[in-house]
Amino acid sequence: MNRIVEKTDLSENVVKMVIEAAAVAEKRRAGQFIVLRIDEKGERIPLTIVDSDKKKGTITIIFQVVGKTTAALAALRAGDCITDIQGPLGNPTEIENFGHVLCVGGGVGVGVIYPIAVALKEAGNRVTSIIGARTKDLLILEEEMKDASHKLVVATDDGSYGFHGFVSAVLQNLIDAKEKIDRVFAIGPVPMMRVICNVTRPYGIKTIVSLNPIMVDATGMCGACRVSVGGQTKFACVDGPEFNGHDVDFDLLMSRLRMYLCQEKEAMERYRCEHGG
Amino acid sequence: MEAEEKKAKEKKVRVPRQKMPEQGPKVRTHNFEEVPFGYTEETAMTEAKRCIQCKKPCCIEGCPVEVNIPAFVRLIAEGRFIEAARTIKETNSLPAVCGRVCPQEDQCEKFCVLGKKWEPVAIGRLERFAADYEREKGEMSIPEWAAPRGKRVAVVGAGPSGLTIAGDLVKLGYEVTIFEALHKAGGVLVYGIPEFRLPKRIVEAEVDYVKKMGVKIETNAVIGRIKTVDELFADGFAAVYLGVGAGAPVFMNVPGENLSGIYSANEYLTRSNLMKAYLFPEYDTPIVRGKNCAVIGGGNVAMDSVRTALRLGAENAYIIYRRTEVEMPARIEEVHHAKEEGVQFKLLTNPVEYIGDENGWVKGMRCQRMELGEPDESGRRRPVPLQGSEYVIDVDTVVVAVGTMANPIIPATTPGLEINRRGYLITKDETGKTSREGVYAGGDIVTGSATVILAMGAGKKAARAIHAYLSSG
Repeated sequence: MNRIVEKTDLSENVVKMVIEAAAVAEKRRAGQFIVLRIDEKGERIPLTIVDSDKKKGTITIIFQVVGKTTAALAALRAGDCITDIQGPLGNPTEIENFGHVLCVGGGVGVGVIYPIAVALKEAGNRVTSIIGARTKDLLILEEEMKDASHKLVVATDDGSYGFHGFVSAVLQNLIDAKEKIDRVFAIGPVPMMRVICNVTRPYGIKTIVSLNPIMVDATGMCGACRVSVGGQTKFACVDGPEFNGHDVDFDLLMSRLRMYLCQEKEAMERYRCEHGG
Repeated sequence: MEAEEKKAKEKKVRVPRQKMPEQGPKVRTHNFEEVPFGYTEETAMTEAKRCIQCKKPCCIEGCPVEVNIPAFVRLIAEGRFIEAARTIKETNSLPAVCGRVCPQEDQCEKFCVLGKKWEPVAIGRLERFAADYEREKGEMSIPEWAAPRGKRVAVVGAGPSGLTIAGDLVKLGYEVTIFEALHKAGGVLVYGIPEFRLPKRIVEAEVDYVKKMGVKIETNAVIGRIKTVDELFADGFAAVYLGVGAGAPVFMNVPGENLSGIYSANEYLTRSNLMKAYLFPEYDTPIVRGKNCAVIGGGNVAMDSVRTALRLGAENAYIIYRRTEVEMPARIEEVHHAKEEGVQFKLLTNPVEYIGDENGWVKGMRCQRMELGEPDESGRRRPVPLQGSEYVIDVDTVVVAVGTMANPIIPATTPGLEINRRGYLITKDETGKTSREGVYAGGDIVTGSATVILAMGAGKKAARAIHAYLSSG
């Protein structure tokens, strides 16, 4: 059992939770994730570890309410317990001093890029970050990202805050301004990662993406999370979750993410009927 | 054979091997309840009395965990059921599991003298009866064990092999902790074997028994990630046993294999068994309930998958196997059950391509007919494709059940641990000793996919080896 220590709503539908998981906090590194199961009837869902506090023995997760499990998770309060937390899982981000790195985060993906930016800065990189959201109210971790970066650019799709447009446009502007970029880390919705990869590909800028396919055991046992990278099948849980974005088949990732759309809708409707709202 | 034994045998064989009643095929394909009901006290005693109590029993030699078979069978014949269960448990911590899933026809029952001319004693069914009787009467006893030795052993993986070695080492006075990657202990017994073949409450009861003996089980603990093998030694464990299973699925590299609706058997069965997706939406994990489901493979896992598909509502459930029924590795009983339930066997058939619809869902499978050629290294005749024989089967769900390979997490995080070219751990001999001092291994991570009972046997042998190792120093 893992007790929730703190719960904060970061925006409509995006929640931050600090949870007791001492052994995970001790071991985790940037880029790794946990699998969590709320209760005995719950499903196993992967969530990236955003932060940890070894002294307090806690980890931080940030998630968006997209279905029944995340809705039920968001309904928990500080003091409540989560039945199972397994982790840290996946390979940590490859961190070195690359020179000038760009951390691009979109939506709830900003939570995933944040620990990577922190680690990259610690390793001596010059970190420029671009974070974006649909609109100002949905933007998360602006202050934290500011601290983790030498320079931060904010973009909103509707222009309600910062640059008016997509994060990919900001990136294109930087490239056009002849900024030397040694490596790009891009994490966010699949269409965003795809566009970022399309922007960097012609310039040969290595671009790392973190993939979030459906997982069950998340230890390499089931293959639910298989993705195609450079024409080869890889398991995101043990071979990833980070891959060279230029080699990723994003269409396949998208279609496999939609595999349970009907069941997810059914579960969500049932949950709403039982819990109102 | 002695005259007396011969006479006894003549008398016994007049009583036929007792059948075990079971749910009819039409009923059972609509539920996940266990198929056989088990013996009654009466039939168990009748069956047990068929045993001629050989002076030199061959059956024990066929048992990887050395159960004293004639002794427990005699106790059943005498109506001393609890004592029978305890006799089994002297060497086997998981009797209700073994009574259900062991391939007795290749083990104890294969060696039964009666089987030479008539039918062997139904040892498996009797083992199941005794274990169930003890559990249902609530008379589970905890065996005596040696005085604490003050030494700790770490077991990685709470499957059949890990549970066996943990039980044996605790009895010898060691302090044992099992580290299990998943949220539930049992390994393949909980994620792999379906409810209708091995009810999960039975596995839970046997895991509880191991816990009551004093074994600690830490779930959600992926060794190699949360702690490495070296860190286990640093934490004060004197020896480590790796029983992590062969938990990585094999795919066939057929075009279209990543389409939606195509599962590995590991995923399909884990969703249904461990996560109880067959009870969705009461349980949160979904599973595709296909109308036309093809399962590729001819082993027990393929049979489990195809029978699960039927129970999830498939109108057409196929086994696609590239050889013939003779070469099928599945137990005859499983094939028989599958056929009774209406599974369609497409033999000498192999998939060559999966065809997707506009949404990336599998809608068809291009197959090739095969014929058998010369024997290959496994001794089975090699299937050879027949040119121009391709045809398409309509499918909306596919389960690939063609075997497993080694999971790389432990070897990748344990320096000095030798593996073979297929990724399995190399052990020196039957003791399970690996290339690392104090590290032992057994079960599927050494042998590749095998049976529950062989994994248990490996755990048993390694328990002795670890005991010898820790007593010598």
